[in-house]
Amino acid sequence: MPLDHATVRTIAQLARIRIPDEDMEGLAGELSTILAWVEQLREVDTEAVAPMTSGTDRVLSLRDDVVTDGGMRDAILANAPEVVDGFFAVPKVVE
Amino acid sequence: MTALTGLTIAEAARGLAAKSFSARELAEAHLDAIAAARDLNAFICETPDVALDRADAADARRAAGGALGPLDGIPIAVKDLFCTEGVPTTAGSHILNGFVPPYESTVTANLRQAGAVMLGKANLDEFAMGSANITSHYGPVKNPWGPRDGRDLVPGGSSGGSAAAVSARLALGATGTDTGGSIRQPASFCGIVGLKPTYGRCSRYGIIAFASSLDQAGPMTRTVGDAALMLAAMAGHDARDSTSAPLAVPDFAAALDGSLRGLKIGIPKEYRIDGMAAEIGALWDKGMAWLEAAGAEVKAVSLPHTRYALATYYIIAPAEASSNLARYDGVRYGLRVDGATLDEMYMNTRGQGFGTEVRRRVLIGTYVLSAGYYDAYYLKAQKVRALIAADFREAFREVDVILTPTAPSDAFAIGERMDDPVTMYLNDVFTVPTSLAGLPGISVPAGLSARGLPLGLQLIGRPFDELTVLKAARAIEDAAGFPAGPPTP
Repeated sequence: MPLDHATVRTIAQLARIRIPDEDMEGLAGELSTILAWVEQLREVDTEAVAPMTSGTDRVLSLRDDVVTDGGMRDAILANAPEVVDGFFAVPKVVE
Repeated sequence: MTALTGLTIAEAARGLAAKSFSARELAEAHLDAIAAARDLNAFICETPDVALDRADAADARRAAGGALGPLDGIPIAVKDLFCTEGVPTTAGSHILNGFVPPYESTVTANLRQAGAVMLGKANLDEFAMGSANITSHYGPVKNPWGPRDGRDLVPGGSSGGSAAAVSARLALGATGTDTGGSIRQPASFCGIVGLKPTYGRCSRYGIIAFASSLDQAGPMTRTVGDAALMLAAMAGHDARDSTSAPLAVPDFAAALDGSLRGLKIGIPKEYRIDGMAAEIGALWDKGMAWLEAAGAEVKAVSLPHTRYALATYYIIAPAEASSNLARYDGVRYGLRVDGATLDEMYMNTRGQGFGTEVRRRVLIGTYVLSAGYYDAYYLKAQKVRALIAADFREAFREVDVILTPTAPSDAFAIGERMDDPVTMYLNDVFTVPTSLAGLPGISVPAGLSARGLPLGLQLIGRPFDELTVLKAARAIEDAAGFPAGPPTP
Protein backbone atom coordinates (compact mmCIF):
# COMPACT_ATOMS: atom_id res chain seq x y z
CA MET A 1 0.00 0.00 0.00
CA PRO A 2 1.64 3.26 -1.12
CA LEU A 3 2.16 5.89 1.57
CA ASP A 4 0.14 9.07 1.13
CA HIS A 5 1.53 12.49 1.91
CA ALA A 6 -0.33 12.73 5.21
CA THR A 7 1.29 9.50 6.43
CA VAL A 8 4.74 10.68 5.36
CA ARG A 9 4.12 13.95 7.24
CA THR A 10 3.16 12.00 10.36
CA ILE A 11 6.29 9.84 10.19
CA ALA A 12 8.45 12.90 9.58
CA GLN A 13 6.86 14.60 12.59
CA LEU A 14 7.62 11.52 14.75
CA ALA A 15 11.22 11.56 13.47
CA ARG A 16 11.44 15.37 13.90
CA ILE A 17 12.63 15.94 10.32
CA ARG A 18 11.34 18.92 8.33
CA ILE A 19 10.50 17.82 4.77
CA PRO A 20 10.38 20.60 2.16
CA ASP A 21 7.15 20.49 0.12
CA GLU A 22 9.05 19.98 -3.12
CA ASP A 23 10.59 16.75 -1.75
CA MET A 24 7.29 15.21 -0.68
CA GLU A 25 6.21 13.55 -3.92
CA GLY A 26 9.55 11.86 -4.57
CA LEU A 27 10.02 10.81 -0.95
CA ALA A 28 6.56 9.25 -0.67
CA GLY A 29 7.31 7.23 -3.82
CA GLU A 30 10.71 6.03 -2.56
CA LEU A 31 9.40 5.02 0.86
CA SER A 32 6.50 3.19 -0.79
CA THR A 33 8.91 1.31 -3.06
CA ILE A 34 11.02 0.20 -0.10
CA LEU A 35 8.00 -0.88 1.96
CA ALA A 36 6.49 -2.79 -0.99
CA TRP A 37 9.82 -4.59 -1.42
CA VAL A 38 10.17 -5.64 2.25
CA GLU A 39 6.60 -7.00 2.17
CA GLN A 40 8.12 -10.21 0.75
CA LEU A 41 8.92 -11.28 4.32
CA ARG A 42 5.22 -12.05 4.81
CA GLU A 43 5.63 -15.28 2.86
CA VAL A 44 8.11 -16.68 5.43
CA ASP A 45 6.58 -18.94 8.07
CA THR A 46 7.80 -17.59 11.42
CA GLU A 47 5.05 -19.12 13.53
CA ALA A 48 7.29 -20.88 16.06
CA VAL A 49 10.37 -18.68 15.69
CA ALA A 50 11.73 -16.55 18.53
CA PRO A 51 12.99 -13.13 17.37
CA MET A 52 16.75 -12.53 17.23
CA THR A 53 17.16 -9.32 19.19
CA SER A 54 20.94 -8.96 19.38
CA GLY A 55 24.07 -9.55 17.35
CA THR A 56 25.29 -11.96 20.01
CA ASP A 57 23.69 -14.75 22.04
CA ARG A 58 26.10 -14.05 24.89
CA VAL A 59 24.48 -12.95 28.17
CA LEU A 60 25.61 -9.37 28.58
CA SER A 61 27.87 -8.84 31.55
CA LEU A 62 26.99 -6.59 34.47
CA ARG A 63 29.38 -4.27 36.17
CA ASP A 64 29.33 -2.91 39.69
CA ASP A 65 26.83 -0.10 40.12
CA VAL A 66 29.34 2.57 41.03
CA VAL A 67 30.36 5.96 39.67
CA THR A 68 33.25 5.48 37.22
CA ASP A 69 33.41 8.83 35.52
CA GLY A 70 32.45 12.46 35.85
CA GLY A 71 33.69 15.93 36.70
CA MET A 72 34.17 16.98 33.07
CA ARG A 73 31.42 19.54 32.51
CA ASP A 74 33.49 21.81 30.32
CA ALA A 75 34.62 19.00 28.02
CA ILE A 76 31.01 17.88 27.60
CA LEU A 77 29.77 21.41 26.84
CA ALA A 78 32.66 22.20 24.50
CA ASN A 79 30.77 20.97 21.38
CA ALA A 80 27.41 22.53 22.24
CA PRO A 81 25.99 25.05 19.73
CA GLU A 82 24.76 27.24 22.63
CA VAL A 83 25.77 27.25 26.30
CA VAL A 84 24.47 29.49 29.08
CA ASP A 85 25.97 29.47 32.58
CA GLY A 86 27.29 25.93 32.26
CA PHE A 87 24.07 24.51 30.75
CA PHE A 88 22.99 23.41 27.26
CA ALA A 89 20.69 26.19 26.04
CA VAL A 90 17.52 25.52 23.97
CA PRO A 91 14.62 27.68 22.75
CA LYS A 92 12.12 28.54 25.46
CA VAL A 93 9.98 25.49 26.34
CA VAL A 94 7.74 26.86 29.13
CA GLU A 95 5.90 30.14 28.65
CA MET B 1 59.58 7.64 -2.02
CA THR B 2 57.24 5.48 -4.12
CA ALA B 3 58.99 2.42 -2.78
CA LEU B 4 57.92 3.13 0.81
CA THR B 5 54.25 3.55 -0.08
CA GLY B 6 54.28 0.26 -2.00
CA LEU B 7 55.27 -1.85 1.01
CA THR B 8 52.94 -4.16 2.91
CA ILE B 9 52.58 -3.62 6.66
CA ALA B 10 54.71 -6.71 7.30
CA GLU B 11 57.46 -5.45 4.96
CA ALA B 12 57.38 -1.95 6.46
CA ALA B 13 57.62 -3.41 9.97
CA ARG B 14 60.73 -5.35 8.92
CA GLY B 15 62.23 -2.22 7.31
CA LEU B 16 61.61 -0.18 10.45
CA ALA B 17 63.12 -2.92 12.61
CA ALA B 18 66.21 -3.06 10.36
CA LYS B 19 66.41 0.76 10.47
CA SER B 20 66.33 0.86 6.65
CA PHE B 21 64.08 3.91 7.03
CA SER B 22 62.45 5.79 9.88
CA ALA B 23 58.78 6.01 10.85
CA ARG B 24 59.01 9.72 10.01
CA GLU B 25 60.22 8.95 6.46
CA LEU B 26 57.45 6.39 6.09
CA ALA B 27 54.83 8.90 7.31
CA GLU B 28 56.18 11.67 5.07
CA ALA B 29 56.09 9.43 2.00
CA HIS B 30 52.42 8.73 2.67
CA LEU B 31 51.53 12.36 3.45
CA ASP B 32 53.12 13.33 0.11
CA ALA B 33 51.13 10.62 -1.66
CA ILE B 34 47.91 11.86 -0.03
CA ALA B 35 48.64 15.44 -1.11
CA ALA B 36 49.25 14.26 -4.68
CA ALA B 37 46.01 12.24 -4.81
CA ARG B 38 43.48 14.74 -3.40
CA ASP B 39 41.45 14.28 -6.59
CA LEU B 40 40.30 10.91 -5.21
CA ASN B 41 38.65 12.69 -2.23
CA ALA B 42 39.60 9.74 -0.03
CA PHE B 43 40.13 11.88 3.08
CA ILE B 44 37.76 14.29 4.82
CA CYS B 45 40.49 15.54 7.14
CA GLU B 46 44.24 15.05 6.77
CA THR B 47 46.19 15.03 10.03
CA PRO B 48 49.86 15.57 9.09
CA ASP B 49 50.78 17.06 12.49
CA VAL B 50 49.33 14.10 14.37
CA ALA B 51 51.05 11.72 11.93
CA LEU B 52 54.50 13.27 12.27
CA ASP B 53 54.23 13.54 16.09
CA ARG B 54 53.32 9.86 16.36
CA ALA B 55 55.97 8.85 13.83
CA ASP B 56 58.63 10.75 15.81
CA ALA B 57 57.44 9.07 19.01
CA ALA B 58 57.73 5.68 17.28
CA ASP B 59 61.27 6.49 16.12
CA ALA B 60 62.20 7.61 19.66
CA ARG B 61 60.85 4.37 21.14
CA ARG B 62 62.79 2.31 18.63
CA ALA B 63 65.99 4.27 19.21
CA ALA B 64 65.61 3.60 22.94
CA GLY B 65 65.15 -0.12 22.27
CA GLY B 66 61.45 -0.09 23.18
CA ALA B 67 59.61 -0.66 19.89
CA LEU B 68 56.05 -1.83 20.53
CA GLY B 69 55.43 -4.49 17.87
CA PRO B 70 54.58 -4.90 14.20
CA LEU B 71 52.34 -1.80 14.00
CA ASP B 72 54.77 0.60 15.69
CA GLY B 73 55.31 3.43 13.21
CA ILE B 74 52.89 2.07 10.58
CA PRO B 75 50.84 4.81 8.84
CA ILE B 76 47.12 4.13 8.57
CA ALA B 77 43.90 5.87 7.58
CA VAL B 78 40.98 5.98 10.01
CA LYS B 79 37.40 5.89 8.71
CA ASP B 80 35.77 9.12 9.83
CA LEU B 81 33.21 7.18 11.85
CA PHE B 82 35.69 6.55 14.70
CA CYS B 83 35.83 9.29 17.32
CA THR B 84 39.37 10.63 17.59
CA GLU B 85 40.28 12.88 20.50
CA GLY B 86 40.90 16.47 19.40
CA VAL B 87 40.47 15.62 15.68
CA PRO B 88 37.20 16.56 13.91
CA THR B 89 34.88 13.59 13.36
CA THR B 90 32.04 13.97 10.85
CA ALA B 91 30.51 10.57 9.98
CA GLY B 92 30.31 12.14 6.51
CA SER B 93 27.32 14.16 7.73
CA HIS B 94 26.54 17.86 7.81
CA ILE B 95 24.76 17.34 11.13
CA LEU B 96 28.07 16.75 12.94
CA ASN B 97 29.44 20.03 11.59
CA GLY B 98 32.29 21.25 13.81
CA PHE B 99 32.21 18.24 16.19
CA VAL B 100 35.56 17.55 17.85
CA PRO B 101 35.33 14.48 20.10
CA PRO B 102 36.77 14.87 23.61
CA TYR B 103 37.53 11.12 23.65
CA GLU B 104 39.02 8.34 21.53
CA SER B 105 37.25 5.21 20.27
CA THR B 106 38.57 1.98 21.75
CA VAL B 107 39.67 0.57 18.37
CA THR B 108 41.70 3.67 17.45
CA ALA B 109 43.05 3.87 21.02
CA ASN B 110 44.18 0.23 20.68
CA LEU B 111 45.88 1.00 17.35
CA ARG B 112 47.55 4.05 18.86
CA GLN B 113 48.66 1.95 21.81
CA ALA B 114 50.26 -0.43 19.28
CA GLY B 115 52.15 2.51 17.75
CA ALA B 116 50.12 3.03 14.56
CA VAL B 117 50.39 6.48 12.98
CA MET B 118 47.11 8.18 11.94
CA LEU B 119 47.41 9.97 8.58
CA GLY B 120 43.87 11.32 8.46
CA LYS B 121 40.16 10.62 8.57
CA ALA B 122 38.84 8.73 5.56
CA ASN B 123 35.70 9.67 3.63
CA LEU B 124 32.62 7.46 3.91
CA ASP B 125 28.92 7.32 3.12
CA GLU B 126 26.92 9.53 5.50
CA PHE B 127 26.59 7.64 8.80
CA ALA B 128 27.96 4.60 6.90
CA MET B 129 24.67 4.31 4.95
CA GLY B 130 25.51 3.47 1.37
CA SER B 131 27.25 1.08 -1.01
CA ALA B 132 29.02 3.55 -3.32
CA ASN B 133 30.38 6.36 -1.12
CA ILE B 134 28.13 8.82 -2.93
CA THR B 135 26.08 9.91 0.11
CA SER B 136 28.91 11.71 1.94
CA HIS B 137 28.30 15.38 2.69
CA TYR B 138 31.95 15.82 1.69
CA GLY B 139 31.44 14.50 -1.83
CA PRO B 140 31.95 11.16 -3.57
CA VAL B 141 35.22 9.22 -3.48
CA LYS B 142 36.75 8.03 -6.75
CA ASN B 143 37.92 4.46 -7.21
CA PRO B 144 41.69 4.52 -8.01
CA TRP B 145 41.08 1.77 -10.61
CA GLY B 146 38.98 4.17 -12.69
CA PRO B 147 38.01 5.88 -14.83
CA ARG B 148 36.41 3.57 -17.40
CA ASP B 149 34.86 4.81 -20.64
CA GLY B 150 35.49 8.38 -19.51
CA ARG B 151 33.54 8.02 -16.26
CA ASP B 152 34.83 7.94 -12.69
CA LEU B 153 33.97 4.79 -10.76
CA VAL B 154 32.67 4.38 -7.22
CA PRO B 155 34.99 2.73 -4.66
CA GLY B 156 32.04 0.94 -3.03
CA GLY B 157 30.82 1.84 0.41
CA SER B 158 30.40 2.75 3.03
CA SER B 159 34.15 2.50 3.81
CA GLY B 160 34.98 3.90 0.36
CA GLY B 161 37.64 6.41 1.45
CA SER B 162 39.43 3.72 3.45
CA ALA B 163 39.38 1.30 0.50
CA ALA B 164 40.52 3.93 -2.01
CA ALA B 165 43.34 5.09 0.31
CA VAL B 166 44.72 1.57 0.78
CA SER B 167 44.34 0.68 -2.90
CA ALA B 168 46.01 3.92 -4.12
CA ARG B 169 49.00 3.50 -1.76
CA LEU B 170 48.00 6.47 0.42
CA ALA B 171 48.07 4.33 3.58
CA LEU B 172 49.43 0.89 4.46
CA GLY B 173 46.11 -0.05 6.04
CA ALA B 174 42.86 1.50 7.18
CA THR B 175 40.08 0.94 9.66
CA GLY B 176 36.65 0.27 8.26
CA THR B 177 33.27 -0.56 9.71
CA ASP B 178 30.81 -3.05 8.32
CA THR B 179 27.07 -3.13 9.04
CA GLY B 180 25.83 -4.96 5.92
CA GLY B 181 28.97 -5.17 3.76
CA SER B 182 30.66 -1.79 4.23
CA ILE B 183 34.16 -3.27 4.60
CA ARG B 184 33.88 -6.24 2.22
CA GLN B 185 32.11 -4.66 -0.78
CA PRO B 186 34.50 -1.66 -1.12
CA ALA B 187 37.42 -4.05 -0.62
CA SER B 188 36.12 -6.07 -3.59
CA PHE B 189 35.63 -2.93 -5.74
CA CYS B 190 39.13 -1.56 -4.94
CA GLY B 191 41.11 -4.81 -5.08
CA ILE B 192 42.13 -5.00 -1.42
CA VAL B 193 41.51 -7.28 1.56
CA GLY B 194 38.65 -6.34 3.91
CA LEU B 195 37.79 -8.30 7.05
CA LYS B 196 34.59 -7.94 9.03
CA PRO B 197 35.27 -9.76 12.30
CA THR B 198 32.69 -11.60 14.39
CA TYR B 199 30.20 -9.28 16.08
CA GLY B 200 31.78 -8.57 19.48
CA ARG B 201 35.41 -9.09 18.43
CA CYS B 202 36.16 -5.35 18.26
CA SER B 203 34.70 -2.82 20.67
CA ARG B 204 32.06 -0.47 19.29
CA TYR B 205 32.83 2.18 21.93
CA GLY B 206 33.44 5.52 20.25
CA ILE B 207 32.30 4.35 16.79
CA ILE B 208 29.41 6.56 15.70
CA ALA B 209 26.48 4.15 15.79
CA PHE B 210 24.45 3.16 12.73
CA ALA B 211 22.78 -0.19 13.59
CA SER B 212 24.09 -1.38 16.92
CA SER B 213 23.26 -5.09 16.57
CA LEU B 214 25.21 -5.22 13.27
CA ASP B 215 28.03 -2.64 13.39
CA GLN B 216 31.54 -4.08 13.59
CA ALA B 217 34.99 -2.57 12.97
CA GLY B 218 37.66 -4.33 10.95
CA PRO B 219 40.89 -3.91 9.00
CA MET B 220 41.31 -3.02 5.30
CA THR B 221 44.74 -3.88 3.94
CA ARG B 222 46.59 -5.01 0.82
CA THR B 223 47.33 -8.53 2.04
CA VAL B 224 45.69 -11.19 4.20
CA GLY B 225 48.76 -11.22 6.45
CA ASP B 226 48.42 -7.48 7.05
CA ALA B 227 44.73 -7.91 7.93
CA ALA B 228 45.78 -10.48 10.54
CA LEU B 229 48.34 -8.07 12.03
CA MET B 230 45.92 -5.18 12.12
CA LEU B 231 43.00 -7.17 13.53
CA ALA B 232 45.16 -8.40 16.41
CA ALA B 233 45.84 -4.78 17.38
CA MET B 234 42.23 -3.59 16.96
CA ALA B 235 40.42 -6.44 18.76
CA GLY B 236 39.93 -7.28 22.39
CA HIS B 237 37.45 -7.11 25.23
CA ASP B 238 36.32 -3.67 26.34
CA ALA B 239 34.22 -3.09 29.45
CA ARG B 240 32.78 0.03 27.80
CA ASP B 241 30.95 -2.04 25.15
CA SER B 242 28.59 -4.53 26.78
CA THR B 243 28.49 -6.62 23.57
CA SER B 244 32.28 -6.88 23.37
CA ALA B 245 33.34 -10.51 23.80
CA PRO B 246 35.48 -11.33 26.85
CA LEU B 247 37.77 -13.58 24.79
CA ALA B 248 41.52 -13.63 24.31
CA VAL B 249 42.73 -12.41 20.91
CA PRO B 250 44.70 -15.12 19.07
CA ASP B 251 47.98 -14.37 17.31
CA PHE B 252 46.27 -14.50 13.92
CA ALA B 253 49.39 -13.77 11.85
CA ALA B 254 51.40 -16.59 13.41
CA ALA B 255 48.97 -19.30 12.32
CA LEU B 256 48.19 -18.32 8.74
CA ASP B 257 50.44 -20.62 6.80
CA GLY B 258 50.06 -24.29 6.29
CA SER B 259 47.97 -26.74 4.40
CA LEU B 260 44.20 -26.62 4.24
CA ARG B 261 44.13 -30.42 4.34
CA GLY B 262 40.97 -31.63 6.02
CA LEU B 263 39.28 -28.25 5.85
CA LYS B 264 35.70 -28.41 4.51
CA ILE B 265 34.55 -25.52 2.32
CA GLY B 266 30.81 -24.95 1.90
CA ILE B 267 29.30 -23.64 -1.35
CA PRO B 268 25.78 -22.30 -0.73
CA LYS B 269 23.66 -23.02 -3.78
CA GLU B 270 21.29 -20.12 -3.01
CA TYR B 271 24.10 -17.63 -3.78
CA ARG B 272 24.01 -18.58 -7.47
CA ILE B 273 21.35 -15.92 -7.99
CA ASP B 274 19.24 -15.38 -11.10
CA GLY B 275 21.01 -13.21 -13.61
CA MET B 276 24.41 -13.56 -11.94
CA ALA B 277 27.13 -12.20 -14.24
CA ALA B 278 28.99 -15.09 -15.89
CA GLU B 279 32.37 -13.70 -14.83
CA ILE B 280 31.28 -13.67 -11.16
CA GLY B 281 30.21 -17.31 -11.37
CA ALA B 282 33.44 -18.24 -13.17
CA LEU B 283 35.57 -16.58 -10.49
CA TRP B 284 33.65 -18.41 -7.79
CA ASP B 285 34.38 -21.72 -9.57
CA LYS B 286 38.06 -20.79 -9.72
CA GLY B 287 38.03 -20.09 -5.99
CA MET B 288 36.69 -23.58 -5.33
CA ALA B 289 39.41 -25.11 -7.51
CA TRP B 290 42.14 -23.11 -5.74
CA LEU B 291 40.96 -24.22 -2.29
CA GLU B 292 40.76 -27.85 -3.46
CA ALA B 293 44.28 -27.60 -4.84
CA ALA B 294 45.39 -26.32 -1.42
CA GLY B 295 44.03 -29.48 0.18
CA ALA B 296 40.50 -28.50 1.18
CA GLU B 297 37.34 -30.43 0.40
CA VAL B 298 34.51 -28.54 -1.31
CA LYS B 299 30.90 -29.41 -0.37
CA ALA B 300 27.50 -28.06 -1.32
CA VAL B 301 25.50 -26.53 1.53
CA SER B 302 22.11 -24.87 1.70
CA LEU B 303 21.22 -21.53 3.29
CA PRO B 304 17.51 -21.55 2.42
CA HIS B 305 16.54 -18.13 3.80
CA THR B 306 19.23 -16.22 1.89
CA ARG B 307 16.72 -14.57 -0.45
CA TYR B 308 15.04 -12.83 2.48
CA ALA B 309 18.23 -11.37 3.96
CA LEU B 310 18.18 -8.01 2.17
CA ALA B 311 14.57 -7.22 3.06
CA THR B 312 15.25 -8.28 6.65
CA TYR B 313 18.30 -6.03 6.79
CA TYR B 314 16.45 -3.06 5.32
CA ILE B 315 13.95 -3.25 8.17
CA ILE B 316 16.34 -3.93 11.06
CA ALA B 317 19.16 -1.54 10.12
CA PRO B 318 16.91 1.51 9.51
CA ALA B 319 14.95 0.74 12.70
CA GLU B 320 18.13 0.75 14.77
CA ALA B 321 19.41 3.80 12.87
CA SER B 322 16.24 5.80 13.56
CA SER B 323 16.78 5.17 17.25
CA ASN B 324 20.55 5.82 17.23
CA LEU B 325 20.25 9.00 15.17
CA ALA B 326 17.63 10.49 17.51
CA ARG B 327 20.56 11.98 19.45
CA TYR B 328 21.30 14.55 16.71
CA ASP B 329 19.00 17.25 17.99
CA GLY B 330 21.03 20.46 17.70
CA VAL B 331 21.48 20.69 21.48
CA ARG B 332 24.70 18.96 22.50
CA TYR B 333 26.96 18.91 19.46
CA GLY B 334 27.10 19.63 15.76
CA LEU B 335 24.73 21.63 13.63
CA ARG B 336 21.87 23.73 15.03
CA VAL B 337 19.33 25.44 12.76
CA ASP B 338 17.22 27.81 14.84
CA GLY B 339 13.45 27.64 15.16
CA ALA B 340 10.79 29.47 17.14
CA THR B 341 10.13 26.50 19.42
CA LEU B 342 12.21 23.56 20.62
CA ASP B 343 10.35 21.21 18.24
CA GLU B 344 10.90 23.54 15.29
CA MET B 345 14.58 23.78 16.14
CA TYR B 346 14.78 19.94 16.14
CA MET B 347 12.93 19.67 12.84
CA ASN B 348 14.95 22.38 11.10
CA THR B 349 18.26 21.00 12.36
CA ARG B 350 17.48 17.41 11.33
CA GLY B 351 15.83 18.52 8.08
CA GLN B 352 18.96 20.37 6.96
CA GLY B 353 21.55 18.22 8.71
CA PHE B 354 20.68 14.80 7.26
CA GLY B 355 21.22 13.93 3.60
CA THR B 356 18.58 12.19 1.50
CA GLU B 357 19.66 8.55 2.10
CA VAL B 358 19.92 9.04 5.87
CA ARG B 359 16.55 10.81 5.89
CA ARG B 360 14.96 7.92 3.96
CA ARG B 361 16.34 5.34 6.36
CA VAL B 362 15.36 7.26 9.51
CA LEU B 363 11.82 7.61 8.13
CA ILE B 364 11.59 3.91 7.21
CA GLY B 365 12.94 3.01 10.64
CA THR B 366 10.47 5.30 12.36
CA TYR B 367 7.61 3.77 10.35
CA VAL B 368 8.48 0.12 11.04
CA LEU B 369 8.84 0.84 14.77
CA SER B 370 5.65 2.89 15.03
CA ALA B 371 2.48 1.74 16.80
CA GLY B 372 0.48 -0.61 14.60
CA TYR B 373 3.41 -1.57 12.34
CA TYR B 374 5.99 -2.86 14.84
CA ASP B 375 4.84 -6.50 14.75
CA ALA B 376 4.22 -6.62 11.00
CA TYR B 377 7.63 -5.24 10.06
CA TYR B 378 10.20 -5.07 12.87
CA LEU B 379 9.26 -8.16 14.88
CA LYS B 380 8.76 -10.13 11.66
CA ALA B 381 12.25 -9.13 10.47
CA GLN B 382 13.79 -10.15 13.80
CA LYS B 383 12.20 -13.60 13.38
CA VAL B 384 13.45 -14.02 9.82
CA ARG B 385 16.87 -12.90 11.07
CA ALA B 386 16.76 -15.81 13.54
CA LEU B 387 16.06 -18.19 10.63
CA ILE B 388 18.99 -16.78 8.62
CA ALA B 389 21.32 -17.24 11.59
CA ALA B 390 19.99 -20.79 12.07
CA ASP B 391 20.74 -21.60 8.41
CA PHE B 392 24.41 -20.76 9.01
CA ARG B 393 24.55 -22.78 12.27
CA GLU B 394 23.19 -25.76 10.38
CA ALA B 395 25.68 -25.34 7.51
CA PHE B 396 28.61 -25.04 9.93
CA ARG B 397 27.81 -28.53 11.26
CA GLU B 398 28.96 -29.78 7.85
CA VAL B 399 31.69 -27.34 6.82
CA ASP B 400 34.37 -25.10 8.38
CA VAL B 401 34.17 -22.11 6.10
CA ILE B 402 31.83 -20.90 3.35
CA LEU B 403 32.97 -19.48 -0.01
CA THR B 404 30.87 -17.00 -2.01
CA PRO B 405 31.41 -14.01 -4.30
CA THR B 406 31.68 -10.71 -2.37
CA ALA B 407 29.58 -8.54 -4.67
CA PRO B 408 27.37 -9.17 -7.71
CA SER B 409 29.45 -6.92 -10.01
CA ASP B 410 32.64 -4.92 -10.39
CA ALA B 411 32.76 -1.18 -9.61
CA PHE B 412 30.14 0.93 -11.41
CA ALA B 413 30.26 4.57 -12.45
CA ILE B 414 29.45 7.44 -10.09
CA GLY B 415 25.81 8.30 -10.76
CA GLU B 416 24.74 4.80 -11.86
CA ARG B 417 22.17 2.62 -10.03
CA MET B 418 20.41 5.59 -8.56
CA ASP B 419 17.02 5.00 -10.23
CA ASP B 420 15.54 3.88 -6.94
CA PRO B 421 16.98 3.02 -3.50
CA VAL B 422 16.34 -0.73 -3.83
CA THR B 423 18.61 -1.03 -6.91
CA MET B 424 21.50 0.29 -4.83
CA TYR B 425 20.63 -2.04 -1.91
CA LEU B 426 21.14 -5.12 -4.15
CA ASN B 427 24.91 -4.54 -4.01
CA ASP B 428 24.92 -6.10 -0.56
CA VAL B 429 23.11 -9.31 -1.47
CA PHE B 430 26.09 -11.56 -0.62
CA THR B 431 27.40 -9.68 2.43
CA VAL B 432 24.22 -8.89 4.38
CA PRO B 433 23.41 -12.48 5.51
CA THR B 434 26.80 -12.77 7.27
CA SER B 435 26.16 -9.48 9.05
CA LEU B 436 22.70 -10.52 10.20
CA ALA B 437 24.18 -13.73 11.64
CA GLY B 438 27.06 -11.84 13.31
CA LEU B 439 29.70 -14.03 11.62
CA PRO B 440 33.23 -13.17 10.45
CA GLY B 441 33.62 -12.54 6.71
CA ILE B 442 36.52 -11.48 4.55
CA SER B 443 36.78 -10.25 0.98
CA VAL B 444 40.01 -11.20 -0.77
CA PRO B 445 40.92 -9.91 -4.25
CA ALA B 446 40.71 -12.86 -6.61
CA GLY B 447 40.63 -11.64 -10.18
CA LEU B 448 39.80 -8.97 -12.71
CA SER B 449 36.57 -8.46 -14.61
CA ALA B 450 36.41 -8.22 -18.40
CA ARG B 451 36.83 -4.45 -17.95
CA GLY B 452 40.02 -5.01 -15.93
CA LEU B 453 38.46 -4.12 -12.57
CA PRO B 454 38.92 -6.00 -9.28
CA LEU B 455 36.59 -8.75 -8.11
CA GLY B 456 36.67 -10.27 -4.64
CA LEU B 457 35.69 -13.60 -3.16
CA GLN B 458 34.15 -13.82 0.30
CA LEU B 459 34.94 -16.38 2.98
CA ILE B 460 32.59 -16.73 5.96
CA GLY B 461 33.44 -18.52 9.20
CA ARG B 462 32.04 -19.71 12.51
CA PRO B 463 31.73 -17.17 15.34
CA PHE B 464 35.19 -16.06 16.54
CA ASP B 465 36.94 -18.31 14.03
CA GLU B 466 38.59 -15.47 12.08
CA LEU B 467 41.71 -17.65 12.01
CA THR B 468 40.21 -20.27 9.66
CA VAL B 469 38.73 -17.50 7.50
CA LEU B 470 42.17 -15.86 7.24
CA LYS B 471 43.89 -19.18 6.45
CA ALA B 472 41.49 -19.96 3.61
CA ALA B 473 41.77 -16.36 2.36
CA ARG B 474 45.56 -16.70 2.34
CA ALA B 475 45.26 -19.76 0.10
CA ILE B 476 43.11 -17.81 -2.37
CA GLU B 477 45.51 -14.87 -2.25
CA ASP B 478 48.45 -17.19 -3.01
CA ALA B 479 46.66 -18.85 -5.91
CA ALA B 480 45.04 -15.76 -7.45
CA GLY B 481 48.22 -13.81 -8.18
CA PHE B 482 46.21 -10.60 -8.03
CA PRO B 483 48.02 -7.51 -9.41
CA ALA B 484 49.86 -5.44 -6.82
CA GLY B 485 47.65 -2.40 -7.39
CA PRO B 486 45.75 -0.23 -9.80
CA PRO B 487 47.58 0.65 -13.01
CA THR B 488 49.50 3.87 -12.38
CA PRO B 489 48.56 6.69 -14.74
